[in-house]
Amino acid sequence: MIDSTVVLNGQTLAYTFYCLAILLVMGWFGYKITRPGKDNKIANALFYSFTAMLVVLGVSLHIVTFNTIPWAPMDLNRSEIKADKIFDISIEKHKFTLPEPTLNINCNEKVLFSVLSHDLTYGFGLFRQDNSMLFQMQVVPGHPNDILWQFDKPGVYTIRSTEYSGPAGVDITLKDAVIVTCNETATN
Amino acid sequence: MKGEKALFKPDTLTPMQKLTLRFVVIGLVYYAFAVIEGMVMRIYQIDPIPLITKNQFFAIMTAHPLVGIFGSTYSIVFGAFLFLVPFLMKKPLWSIKLGNWTLWLIAIGTFMFWFSGFVSHYAPLYTLYWPLPVDFTQFSVVGGIFFILGIALVMLGTAFFVINVFATITYTPEGWAKQPAGALLGSALGYSGFKNLFTKNKKEHLVALPVAAIARGTVDVALNAGIILFTGVLILVYMVFALFGVSLKDTAIDALLYKNWFWWGLDLVADGLVLIFVAGTWYLLATLITGKKLYMENIARTALLVELVVSWTVWSHHLLSDQAQPGFLKVLSGEMVTAFELITQGLAFFITLATLWSARPLKMTNPLKFLLGGLLGFALAVPAGIMQADIGLNRILHNTQWVIGPHVHVAILVGLAMTLYAAIYILFPILTNGAAFYSQKLANFHFWGQLIGGVGMGAFMGMAGLHGMLRRSLYVNGEFNTYMILAGLCGALLLLSFLAFFFNIVMSVGINGVIGIFMPSKLKTKEVLPAKA
Repeated sequence: MIDSTVVLNGQTLAYTFYCLAILLVMGWFGYKITRPGKDNKIANALFYSFTAMLVVLGVSLHIVTFNTIPWAPMDLNRSEIKADKIFDISIEKHKFTLPEPTLNINCNEKVLFSVLSHDLTYGFGLFRQDNSMLFQMQVVPGHPNDILWQFDKPGVYTIRSTEYSGPAGVDITLKDAVIVTCNETATN
Repeated sequence: MKGEKALFKPDTLTPMQKLTLRFVVIGLVYYAFAVIEGMVMRIYQIDPIPLITKNQFFAIMTAHPLVGIFGSTYSIVFGAFLFLVPFLMKKPLWSIKLGNWTLWLIAIGTFMFWFSGFVSHYAPLYTLYWPLPVDFTQFSVVGGIFFILGIALVMLGTAFFVINVFATITYTPEGWAKQPAGALLGSALGYSGFKNLFTKNKKEHLVALPVAAIARGTVDVALNAGIILFTGVLILVYMVFALFGVSLKDTAIDALLYKNWFWWGLDLVADGLVLIFVAGTWYLLATLITGKKLYMENIARTALLVELVVSWTVWSHHLLSDQAQPGFLKVLSGEMVTAFELITQGLAFFITLATLWSARPLKMTNPLKFLLGGLLGFALAVPAGIMQADIGLNRILHNTQWVIGPHVHVAILVGLAMTLYAAIYILFPILTNGAAFYSQKLANFHFWGQLIGGVGMGAFMGMAGLHGMLRRSLYVNGEFNTYMILAGLCGALLLLSFLAFFFNIVMSVGINGVIGIFMPSKLKTKEVLPAKA
């Protein structure tokens, strides 16, 4: 499965390129409107082409991500996918309770994290050693909150609540609580 | 004391001009609150300030957006629109008295919720995720009651604004021939324009496009006020019972249903009235700056109507990471309908630029340069929002600094604020009967500081978010300090640019002028502007 870092790098590249382009366009436009021009009329064809481009962009973004980001279809269809491992986790009074002190996962296993809140709204996220995020979800009380993930790389991850639950819950973390091993070797 | 060249004379202002200027002054004072609070949080994210506790930090985080939206933006926008609707329709405001009620209810309500948060550290954040606002193991009941009552006062003032806008559009002033109230309302809300699409005998629009934009945005204002008031009453019931020692079961409220309900209402601000009001303001500014008719006006009107409907159906993009949220809502409302905002806002962007282009060469005045800044802000922020409103990308972006940086803060500080500044710069001589600005150099510094500071801060917050930094969190070990220091420097530039603007305004009208704005008008007239001598 493509790592979330790859997706974020792609997004960074695309958005940075777009930002630079729009800054240049607006700079050029700001300069040009202060100068006299031969033809001040905007062709209607340009307007309708621009509208069509917006429609294509708006729709294609979701089609492209659905077909290239593996966790997107897996997430929507997770009730039909059999998990190799299920971890039932609970959270109450700003503290996670895990089924075992460390959650051990083998490479390429599909793992379902099922988290129940007994009081407030929290979040559940896995973070790499460099603090970057692998994934997250919201944890709403009174409802099932589960996420299916396939790990294909060895790694050690910290669990962190990704939603504000009051000042008492500012640092709900379980350091190095998830260990993924490939060929019985744990590295990160 | 008397302002630049003593040109500003408060005694010559009509009650309507004074009302609008009061809104602007109060809006700018609360903008200062929000900027200073923002700066305190920026510093705290670099190195926690010993004087400020963690609880105080989150109380600031709770008040900051509410002061910015209600105390500042609502004040400036409501003031401008209570002036523009009668100004453009060439008839008096329905009730100046009600306008003053709106002003003081917002001003007092904002101070009340800010102060109660400051003193009691009530900090459920603006999202109020159930049951956090009634978690009295963390928050004071009394502080919470005053906080919610403050919000309720703001919403009451908002309701008065809504009544005033629609009454002004539809009523018949004394001595006038009977006005077609139904037809005026139909034109303002887009019904007649929509009917035109299917009939051969097309009717003329009875209200100008900016008034139509104001009316349509005001529909979302009304719905939003209703949702917030209802939610406030719900929370208040729990608080009052807690005050008498009775603990109501918080599980009586379904947290997910509540989240859907509240986000539906909140999104009427972020994805509704803001976008509609901003588009309407762009159109007004473009036509005022160029003196030309708006490019593709009929499509602009239709896009505003589409945006209104879209704003009622996009809330689910805030719940893409809520696993219990039905999948069809995530795809349909969260992704597909949300993508329409790229289209409607993109069209407004193009139409405004095309109108400006049609009048070149233009002089690069303050309103024009701030308008271009506002357009750029939304051109940067809307695509950032569309990206996070995607099921795949939301999994790794939700609640990170990406959301609050390149999307929210760039939209507000560059897109919205610069559009509002453009409106202030263009309306200033009209509202002050020809007062002159103290310094163009300060205005230039204001422009560049706001633009570079806003874009820069959003960009560095976004970079931190892409590296995993959460919003609504604290990192005390310097994990993201490089980005936070750079964002802090940009924030400082924003603060300096605002101070330059505020100083420029005060020096332009003088201290006596600022005081004079709050004195009763000596002109006994309902007209918007004083009669020409």
